[in-house]
Amino acid sequence: MTGSTAEGHGDMVKAICQRHGNDPASLIEIFHDIQAELGFIPEPALTDIAQAINRSRAEVHGVMSFYHDFRRQPGGTVTVKLCRAEACQSMGALELIEKVCARHGVTLGGTSAGGVTIEPVYCLGNCALSPAALVNDRLVGRVTPDRLDKAITEAAS
Amino acid sequence: MTQSPTIVWIPRDAAARSVGADDVAAAIAREAELRGETVTIKRNGSRGMLWLEPLVEVETAEGRIAYGPVGEDDVAGLFDAGFVTGGAHALHHGPTESVPYFANQERLTFARVGLIDPLDLADYEAHGGLKGLRAALAMTTDHIIEQVTESGLRGRGGAGFPTGIKWRTVADQPDGEKYIACNADEGDSGTFADRMLMEGDPFTLIEGMIIAARAVGATKGYIYLRSEYPDAIATMNAAIAIMEDAGWLGTDIQGSGTDFDLKVRRGAGAYICGEESSMLDSLEGLRGEVRAKPPIPAIAGLFGKPTVVNNVLSFGTVPVILAEGAAHYKDFGMGRSRGTQPFQIAGNVKQGGLVEKAFGVTIRELIEDFGGGTASGRPFRTAQLGGPLGAYVSEAMLDTPMDYEALAEHQAMLGHGGIVVFDDTVDMMEMARFAFEFCAIESCGKCTPCRVGAVRGRETIEKIMRGDNAAENLVLIEDLCELMTDGSLCAMGGLTPMPVRSAIRLFPGDFERAGRTAAQ
Ligand SMILES: Cc1cc2nc3c(=O)[nH]c(=O)nc-3n(C[C@H](O)[C@H](O)[C@H](O)COP(=O)(O)O)c2cc1C
Ligand code: SF4
Ligand code: FES
Repeated sequence: MTGSTAEGHGDMVKAICQRHGNDPASLIEIFHDIQAELGFIPEPALTDIAQAINRSRAEVHGVMSFYHDFRRQPGGTVTVKLCRAEACQSMGALELIEKVCARHGVTLGGTSAGGVTIEPVYCLGNCALSPAALVNDRLVGRVTPDRLDKAITEAAS
Repeated sequence: MTQSPTIVWIPRDAAARSVGADDVAAAIAREAELRGETVTIKRNGSRGMLWLEPLVEVETAEGRIAYGPVGEDDVAGLFDAGFVTGGAHALHHGPTESVPYFANQERLTFARVGLIDPLDLADYEAHGGLKGLRAALAMTTDHIIEQVTESGLRGRGGAGFPTGIKWRTVADQPDGEKYIACNADEGDSGTFADRMLMEGDPFTLIEGMIIAARAVGATKGYIYLRSEYPDAIATMNAAIAIMEDAGWLGTDIQGSGTDFDLKVRRGAGAYICGEESSMLDSLEGLRGEVRAKPPIPAIAGLFGKPTVVNNVLSFGTVPVILAEGAAHYKDFGMGRSRGTQPFQIAGNVKQGGLVEKAFGVTIRELIEDFGGGTASGRPFRTAQLGGPLGAYVSEAMLDTPMDYEALAEHQAMLGHGGIVVFDDTVDMMEMARFAFEFCAIESCGKCTPCRVGAVRGRETIEKIMRGDNAAENLVLIEDLCELMTDGSLCAMGGLTPMPVRSAIRLFPGDFERAGRTAAQ
């Protein structure tokens, strides 16, 4: 599957780079845009990006691997980022994370059989309404397992 | 229908939306239609009383009347109670601006947040927006910088460096390419003021950045905005487009000869990219590694050019300083901490939210009078001030005024103004362990004391937790803290010892207890 998929994505990757003027300073924006399309950064994309912005593949890889946001493997259809920073901890975030992971049968960072990826995050700027989560791009406050499930169902539909 | 439509305000702020503001807005629209009432729903920023979100406000002859927290299920009852004319109801709080939490604030930076439609430029101007910029366009660049210096404004990102002095340095560099970079990475747990300002009054930030550009002779600017804030990213992009269309961004702004282009750049989930030099590398499309100083960014910043790096709140405060004058701003505050600080009360607290107060308000006033004590109702144990690199404080320290110097005397820091409250169930040894863990996860890896020290620190605390040589290992922790404080290249490694040491110093029992429990 990889060969043809990579070729198929090649044009899209090049178009994204071009939209950013093939500017190496826009590399992080380029990664975001590719991930928004595909859900991850496929290995062959690194070569295409490197060519487009005139940097070495190693440099491009080095940048991608530095940032927590970028995935090298596809995630689920819904991504849940659960905050485990201090303010959320003060409102029971660690117990919540355990419960949510158990409910979905995953460990933190994994993807459930139902296609839900659960990742840790450190502060979502919703610390007065802790614990907080980001379900795809939607912020959820005062999270309980039930409120979260509702948000996941809505995000999946 | 003959009656004129009632205006109902419901925040579009991400925190309000996170507890159902969109659903409430939809329910109010539905219910109004059903009852044949003419209601115009407008979306504002949040007033900052986050525990009351979703906070619905109705415009009446007596001003805006607040109801909250409103759930979808409350909507029919609110109509029954005549809330469109300010009727009594269990969720009724009277005029918003008379609610003590709000009335007891001094809102300068946040004056418009929650009051206006964040993307309505006319509404912005009607509430004092652009006044500071108009004044600046009529001033010499030196005069602008003098005003900012004279106001006493210090950087709100954490380090508290005087903003006017930084601008002076950039202005004094030879003419040529210069940049304005806004640090909107807001990674500290317990902080959300940058987010609320960007979502609730984005034009203020843009206005402040244009003033900075004119003052130092920069023509390009970036807002480095963390990816965890999708709503703020969307609002800032929309606001920039509106300002461009209105001729407040671009070439020859309003015929002043000032050119300024502004773009939003997204972060990618790295806490260290809030450190200014790491942020600049990230803006250049590189790994966000911390640069050795000197040179400082004001001399060699983005792409090696002189760059003003300021926090969202620092830029966002400049317009009011120029609009009302440096003296007006400086009048607030105490000692060398002038003006106001948007404090953020978070964590295990009943009434969490944003409280803008003059410096000098005590920690206790913020936690007890505004915050109303713990959310759990259990006794207060500690609060962490100034984010993950800030100190924990004890009950005995609560009467300390919030002021850069007063906090430093207590080995604590203001940081970005966040206060995270914990009740008596908190385990301070776990919090110390977490401080090391966080540093290990977020370290940029450039220097050994931080990269290795954080991992060793976490492991050592875990040993104490297992009851392994507690006394010896505490000495080791102290040595590690000293090494990290003295030997780290930046404040990530340099300040991680602050929460650790404060936890050990103020709550020694938590470190003994665990060893004993494990030894049994
Ligand atoms: C680890 C670390 C994280 C930081 N995070 C932020 C941040 O998220 N936002 C911010 O404005 N400043 C942050 N700072 C402070 C910046 O380095 C810098 O002092 C600030 O952006 C300067 O702007 P100001 O003078 O307006 O505060 C951080 C510093 C360190 C060491
Ligand atoms: S102290 Fe940590 S984050 Fe700062 S430069 Fe060193 S390794 Fe990087
Ligand atoms: S600490 Fe969880 S949202 Fe800020």
